[in-house]
Amino acid sequence: MLDRIANAQHTIDEACRAVGRRITIMEVCGTHTVSIFRSGIRSVLPDALKLLSGPGCPVCVTDQGYIDTVLELADRDDCVIATYGDMIRVPGSDGSLESRASKGNVKVVLSSEDALQLARENPDKTVVFVAVGFETTTPATAVVVREAAAEDIGNLCILSGHKLVIPAMRALLGGMNDRIDGFLCPGHVSVIIGSGAFAEIVRDFRRPCVVAGFEALQIIEGLAEICRQLAAGKAELKSVYKAVVTEKGNTAAQQIIAECFDPVDGYWRGLGKIAKSTLALKERYARFDAFRRFGLEDKPGRENRGCRCGEVLCGLIDPVECPLFGTRCTTDKPVGPCMVSSEGTCAAWFKYGRRR
Amino acid sequence: MCLAIPARIVELQADRAIVDAMGNRWKAKTTLLPDAKLGDVVLVHAGFAISLVDEEEARKTWELFAEIDNFEKTSNKVSG
Repeated sequence: MLDRIANAQHTIDEACRAVGRRITIMEVCGTHTVSIFRSGIRSVLPDALKLLSGPGCPVCVTDQGYIDTVLELADRDDCVIATYGDMIRVPGSDGSLESRASKGNVKVVLSSEDALQLARENPDKTVVFVAVGFETTTPATAVVVREAAAEDIGNLCILSGHKLVIPAMRALLGGMNDRIDGFLCPGHVSVIIGSGAFAEIVRDFRRPCVVAGFEALQIIEGLAEICRQLAAGKAELKSVYKAVVTEKGNTAAQQIIAECFDPVDGYWRGLGKIAKSTLALKERYARFDAFRRFGLEDKPGRENRGCRCGEVLCGLIDPVECPLFGTRCTTDKPVGPCMVSSEGTCAAWFKYGRRR
Repeated sequence: MCLAIPARIVELQADRAIVDAMGNRWKAKTTLLPDAKLGDVVLVHAGFAISLVDEEEARKTWELFAEIDNFEKTSNKVSG
């Protein structure tokens, strides 16, 4: 393994020299963000290789408007909020779900199935499932919507904030961040969408895309592959995570997503409105849609004052460039979602040191 | 949040499974992986199996988790 790390390091060093300028690689996966910091990979990379964490943490990319909508529903007496734990501490314009915990209607779930179970157990309440996450998480929501329809459990509804990763990558390359030379593509999103899904980024933007898993070796070999391509003036799609990811992905999961959801224009923190980037429930499942049921609108919200999470998510600044970082905004008292989520870029910088 | 953990299917009835990783057992569904069989090692995310994983890959991940767990226990001890 040490040999392979040394080889990858050598490839990266050589490529940086050959390219003759700084190489910038972005990953778009919260688990990559954490793995890169925890493994200390940054400490063995040359200064000429800049790593950016992009919009890969589902909690972080969720727009403030969505967070405020969740809080609005949590304030109603007829609703129970079922949410993945990551969302609990995210501050909205007025407090967070955590600050409403004493009301007793906010429940942390580990699976969408638990939300369905809550609906069965609380027939006199409307259970709202806070459905956030990328393609890895979306199929679990879709399964439960289908089950609720089949069992006629009418008091479950979902507030879909599910996001698609490729439209965000396209938005970044389409003018928001021109520094990105290549992408380390998310391993577990690729399990669902397939490595082949990134071919359009390679084709339309001529940027190397390499799908990688989460071990240090895979990450550094993925980075080395991107550097090698850049040095050779190439842009190709590769996977170094073939033990788990196939080219076509999980077609059963893709089908169930397509059966339940339509891609619609949606708001992202930092990236703004992106065409066909967010999943909304199809008309046939309208009665399970929290937006329709409560007459709500998916509208953009306003960032908390001074918070620069949006620029961090676009890879435009490093967390240390935010004046709140480490002073007013810490993991104990976070101001923005990138410091709240364990997968957030700011939290990783704060916990694992403020290196590069 | 997209983290998925490899685990072995140790019980399976229709699409309801019990999975095991390093002695930890929990419920998961195989709805998204219709061909999953008893004994398969699968990647589990948010209560759903999303892909098959080969044994070697799973073993590496389990070792990594054990290492992190060990590291966190040790570092807790050091910091008191």
